[in-house]
Amino acid sequence: MARSQDRRPGYSRRAQYGIFTGYVVAILGVVAGIAVLVTSLINPDAFSFARSAAAEAARPLGRAGAESRSTGQGVFAAVGAYFNAGQQNAELRREVEAARANAVSMQSLQNENRRLKALLGIIDPARKPVATAHLIGSTAASTRRFAVIDAGTSRGVQSGQPVRAASGLIGRVIEAGPGTARVLLVTDPDNVVPVKRARDGLTAFVQGASNGRIDIRLINQGVNPIRKGDVFVTSGSGGLYPPGIPVAVATDPHRDGATGHLAADPADNEFVIVESAYSGEARMQIEQIEKDGAKNAAPEQ
Amino acid sequence: MNLRNLDETGDVIARKRINRAPLPLLAIGLPWATIMLASMASFSPIISSAPVMPPLAYMMLLAWRMMRPGMLPLWAGLPLGLFDDLYSGMPFGSGIVLWSGTMLAMELIDEKFLWRGFAQDWLAACALISAYLLLGSVLAGIATGYPLPLVIVPQTLVSLALYPVVTRVVALLDRVRLLPLKRL
Repeated sequence: MARSQDRRPGYSRRAQYGIFTGYVVAILGVVAGIAVLVTSLINPDAFSFARSAAAEAARPLGRAGAESRSTGQGVFAAVGAYFNAGQQNAELRREVEAARANAVSMQSLQNENRRLKALLGIIDPARKPVATAHLIGSTAASTRRFAVIDAGTSRGVQSGQPVRAASGLIGRVIEAGPGTARVLLVTDPDNVVPVKRARDGLTAFVQGASNGRIDIRLINQGVNPIRKGDVFVTSGSGGLYPPGIPVAVATDPHRDGATGHLAADPADNEFVIVESAYSGEARMQIEQIEKDGAKNAAPEQ
Repeated sequence: MNLRNLDETGDVIARKRINRAPLPLLAIGLPWATIMLASMASFSPIISSAPVMPPLAYMMLLAWRMMRPGMLPLWAGLPLGLFDDLYSGMPFGSGIVLWSGTMLAMELIDEKFLWRGFAQDWLAACALISAYLLLGSVLAGIATGYPLPLVIVPQTLVSLALYPVVTRVVALLDRVRLLPLKRL
């Protein structure tokens, strides 16, 4: 293709100046961008106001998307259900029989549990959620893993609060606008979650690998006791995440830990619950530990 | 009957073409609007736990720039990159730098390789998209202190394969852009 007309100024001074100004502004753009980039690398919260304003503007779009996602899944599920209705009916009948038997033994276990708890004096306060919200967006094209929820400071959401779905931990709020909040997902490499093995309390921490998987790293090095299928739950140390929320299932043990998959994939969970931070003053501490942990972990990669 | 019908439609088209011009708002604004809309694609129904979506907005910018050189001004990377930063989740400013750099790089490519076919365009886009994703992941790695260069490989491959599709979409949008809607 021939050179376009406005790149051939000829003798026109005005056209020559126009092209020159274009170059100057473009190079200034690079310089200004570097300045902004350095600012945001040093202080990641520097431009959070602009981001939350932008998220507010895109909120209706995200809500519409979230609704279409759930209806889409509903339609597929309904169509699929027709195809194996007969088989499902028989299966459900069997399951109901089994569940009835289970329910009786469950009842006795529950009674026993109640008695034992009373004996130990464990208080189990019902933690009231701050808000329930839709997941309305995520940074699907970026190496960083953020999601956006449609609840913000107007509903009591603040930065630092843990976000969970019914089946497990999703992440934590890092920026809150009036009607939206940005959530750092568990799969982001910046998010380090202290966990313990559900079975015996073996302590470890979980760090995102940004590819949908997570790294489970042991705190005590030595012989690796992790087996495939081990479930890890939040330990509550550091005070950011309340204890006992499922985080990960180990799938591939290696020398000093394991690779695992998430207990709650954000893609499968339309609704999430924002809970209040487990303990406010301990949050500073964990953030310091996280920074050190990330620094120590980096050279291994 | 059929013939007359055909004649009439031809007549209508002719009447629609003559004395009409594209709407200036559409002709100038559509590239900007579509690129910005592609930036907002992160508010799509897909909630992903890995980088899987191609950088649609950036690919759109490249496709418009290659289809109509000189239509987007040289400094377009500054405002469009800024807008992309608001939604992309990358460290703020990385879009401004990389998009402005892209516009300058495209200027260089135009200078060196003026006569290009589609294959060369695609090749140039491959180089630019790969560089964009790699630099983006490096900047994100600096921000987290935990570099992960391998996670962008599938995304890069998908993006390179999808670029021709994006150019077709942009070509379609270009026809919409030049619809003769304004009466002179």
